[in-house]
Parts: sequence; C-alpha cells; structure tokens
Amino acid sequence: MKVYKYGDNVDTDVIIPARYLNAPDEKSLASHCMEDIDAAFASTVETGDIIVAGSNFGCGSSREHAPLAIKACGVKCVIAPSFARIFYRNAINIGLPIMESAEAAAAIQAGDTVSVDFATGVITDETQGKTWQAAPFPDFVDGIIQAGGLLNSLKARGVAK
Amino acid sequence: MGMTMTQKILARHAGLDHVVPGQLVEAKLDLVLGNDITAPVAITEFDKAGLTQVFDKDKIALVLDHSTPCKDIKSAQLCAQARAFAERFDITHFYDVGCMGVEHALLPEQGLTAPGECMIGADSHTCTYGAVGMFSTGVGSTDMAAGMATGLAWFKVPAAIKVTLKGKLQPYVSGKDVILHLIGTIGVDGALYKSLEFAGEGVGELSMDDRFTIANMAIEAGAKNGIFPVDDKTRAYLAGRVTRPWEAVEADPDAVYDQEVVIDLSTLQPTVALPHLPSNTRTIDQVEGTPIQQVVIGSCTNGRLDDLRQAAAVLKGRKVAKGVRCIVLPATQQITLDAMAEGLIQIFIEAGCAVSTPTCGPCLGGHMGVLSDNERAISTTNRNFVGRMGPVSSEIILANPAVAAASAVAGCVADPRKL
Repeated sequence: MKVYKYGDNVDTDVIIPARYLNAPDEKSLASHCMEDIDAAFASTVETGDIIVAGSNFGCGSSREHAPLAIKACGVKCVIAPSFARIFYRNAINIGLPIMESAEAAAAIQAGDTVSVDFATGVITDETQGKTWQAAPFPDFVDGIIQAGGLLNSLKARGVAK
Repeated sequence: MGMTMTQKILARHAGLDHVVPGQLVEAKLDLVLGNDITAPVAITEFDKAGLTQVFDKDKIALVLDHSTPCKDIKSAQLCAQARAFAERFDITHFYDVGCMGVEHALLPEQGLTAPGECMIGADSHTCTYGAVGMFSTGVGSTDMAAGMATGLAWFKVPAAIKVTLKGKLQPYVSGKDVILHLIGTIGVDGALYKSLEFAGEGVGELSMDDRFTIANMAIEAGAKNGIFPVDDKTRAYLAGRVTRPWEAVEADPDAVYDQEVVIDLSTLQPTVALPHLPSNTRTIDQVEGTPIQQVVIGSCTNGRLDDLRQAAAVLKGRKVAKGVRCIVLPATQQITLDAMAEGLIQIFIEAGCAVSTPTCGPCLGGHMGVLSDNERAISTTNRNFVGRMGPVSSEIILANPAVAAASAVAGCVADPRKL
C-alpha cells in the first residue's frame, strides 16, 4: 500500500479544517481530510494506505474529527516519531492504529510500499527491504485497543452504564 | 522522590499516596466539559455505545461557544443535539446563547474550577484552569463521553518542566508575551506529554488574567497541562465564586523536573509569533511595519477584562486605520458588562472597532472574522497554523492585546510604546 509523507507538527487544523466541523459524519470528514496541507489527498487515498510524518503529529485542537477523518479515508496506520498527546489518546480511543518510530518515519519515502504488523509492532518497507520495531503500547492502552475502543472497554468493566 | 503539583493532584484523584512519571492511573473527575463542536460527537458515541446514565449532572459543563450564535444550518443542528442532551439529563451547567461565554473564560468566572481539582474538557485549551492551581487537560470526544458516563479518565502521569518566573513585567508586556517567549524557547513540542509547573516569586507579580493566558497556551508547547501555585491573588479571585471546599496543593521541595526554564519577566519585550507556528516568535522591534488587514482582540487566551483594558488604553482617542478591520470579542457576558461599566466598549466603538457577542468564531476560522486570500491578521488568539482563520494563503500573527490594538491604529504591526 502506498505511503503519504508529511513533515513535523502536522496540526489538526490542516488534517480537517474547522470550516468542515459542522458536519462530523464520516463521509464528509473523509472528503476534506488533509485538504489544507495536501489538496490531492482525499481524492487519491485508497483503503490500506499509510501516512508517515514527522514529530508531534496531530498537534493543536482536540478535535476527534481529525483521527476520525483519517480513519474514514481508509488509512491503515499513521507512523511518526511522536504524536501530540490528545491525538494519541483520540486515535487509541476510536481505533485508528498509530505507531511511534523515529527511524521508520525518517527512512520511509513517499510512494514506498510499506506493511505493518500490529501484533508485533514490526514496520516493513518492502521497497527498501528494511524493517523497524515500533514502540510497544503499555498494557493498559493495549487493553483499550483489544476491547475495540474506550467506551467498549469501560462497558466491559461495568463502569459505564 | 517528591511530587509536582500535577502529580499530587493525579495521585489524590486516583486514590494513591504516590505516583511517578509514566505511571498510568485512572482518576476521578470533578468536571467534564464539552462545546458545540466536540460535545455532539461525544453524544453520538455515548448513544452509539448504548449508555443511558451520566455520572453526575452537576459535574458536566456544556458550553455552546464555537459556532454560536449559529453560523449555519449544520451548526444549528449540532447545537440542537447538545441542547437535547442537556435537557434529557438535566445538566446543571448548560450555557446557551445569552448566558454563554467562551468556555475557558466562563467556567472560572462561574466558579466551576477550583484548586486541587481534576477535570477534562473536549477542547485543547482546557489547560487554562491550571491558573487556579488545578489539573485540567484537553481530550477528545470519546474521552468526554466516557467521562460523562463514568466520572473517570485515564492518564499517564506526566514528567514536568519547571518554569521559574522572577522579576516584574514592564508596561505593555503581559501574560501573552510570557507564554509566547516560553514556546519560542522550548518549541511547539518542547513540553510534549509533560506538565509545565510555574513557580518563583514572579508568579505573584502576575494578574489572574495573565495566569489564565499563560496556562491557556501550555498546549501550544505540547504540554498536557500548565499549573500555577495558589497565592493570595488566587484566593481573592476565588472568593465569592467558589463556595465548595477546596484544597490547594504545593509541589514537594524534592519534586523532580526534567528541565528548568528561568524567565526574568523584567527583560521580556512585547513578543509576537509569526506564521505558521506559535513557536515562530520575534520581539516587536523585529517585525514592526508588517502590513495587516484584520485585528482580532478576544478568545479564551485574551478575551478577559484585563485584556480589554490593555487594548482600550491604546485605542482611547485613536482610530482604527483605514483598510483595517478590528474585531473585539469580550469573552463572556459578564466581561461585556464590566467593560461597558468601565467605558471600554464605547472606546472600542468610537475607535471604529466591531464589538461582538462572545464567540470563539474567528479564532478557528469559523465565523465573525474569516480572512480572504493572502490577507494577514494580527490576533490575540492562540494558534497561527496554516488555514486557521481562512484560506491557506492567509496568515496570522499572534500578539498581546496592546500590540494588537496598536497595530489596528497603525495599520501594520506596531509597538504600543511608540504610538
């Protein structure tokens, strides 16, 4: 699957501009995803594609619309050296896979074919013939992912009714 | 190992004697906040998960402040969804048009935030309330939904950066310059996953409104929160607003910090952030004369009474330059009334400013001041990202209220000390 590559500090305003927050349905969010940083993204992205970016991905506004938009586009995973903390939480809570690896994020080039194994955290760049190990999630966070998101995990524990 | 203010509050709310950085805890929440953009997504998730109860109708705040008074049909429908939820669960702290204000100015004013408390808000600037010595942080809509249902949130206990303030600010230099200087020093991810813990004798020299401005922009350094110690100014601010008991926390003398930054307030100059990152800072002398077409004075960062006073002091008896639009947005109804009583609103209108009802509108390019292609604004708001206030070709320069007002008069970025 193909890779879209962006720089440092990709903020949630460019992931999904505020002018589209009045329509938080998946179809609308997907159709404007990354519009202010890459106008061609929404019309060319295909299910299974991967975003590779620089540090502090998803900084700025807390809008969950940002990971929702990326997920609704069919993006399989976002790989970056670091994520802004609210985006990190939101991605986990809604089930958008993210992987932290500074080495992979630096080496992978736009257009490379990349595969990811979420169970092992292994990122493989098939074009370059290289692999990297992403930082593992803490067990608590992994539990949220395994339960299918935050609300499901809280319901399973019986604390949300 | 001692604990920081943030670590102590998280420990207390997690029912633990001690926590360490990196530890994952589940903390009890004293308040859960959402607005007309984030709450509808939370409500949809709440309903989709089949949830039927909120943990405490008195500990949820819903503020319709972003697209209000509603800018279009879709925004009106989102507000209607939030309104129906508030009615269904009899939410005590529901603020609609007429009583609402910009959330992070409104909640402290209404006494909903107090020292030692722990809250989340589905808005990144929820970190503002660290000004009163509490832990507050921004989250997304799913966290908000979970918080409304359970009164709980999970947190990774943050490591800390100590920001020691000394000295006293010069005239026309305010909290905005302190935080822009700090972000310019450590970068937009300089405090990523960490808390900013303010300390030092300089804290006492800062007004509460300055502290709100500083804590508000902790997120622009990537921080989880920014927090101030409680002093006499805090207690005076809280008197008559917060009637429930509260307990302040102090950092342990042996608390551990990853880094310490010392800022001598007396050396700070009016500081601006050029496009397109809040860390792209310059002192005013480096950017004077840069043309602007719009000025925005307001927002959760700088829409409080002190901010309006500083802008009015510059605008009094002067006129907004031809070709410049100056929009002033008092952040709450009470601030509007106070500004009227002091004659500030009259000064603004006589100077040629547009004065608005409270709204977040222009800060995020929503309404009430969206830019056109290639236009540049100087704004007292908090973000100058690409496309934040208009098309991708538009630009935002972040500044304090006095600099913004001086720029409105000059028609270009200007130093209020030189008008």
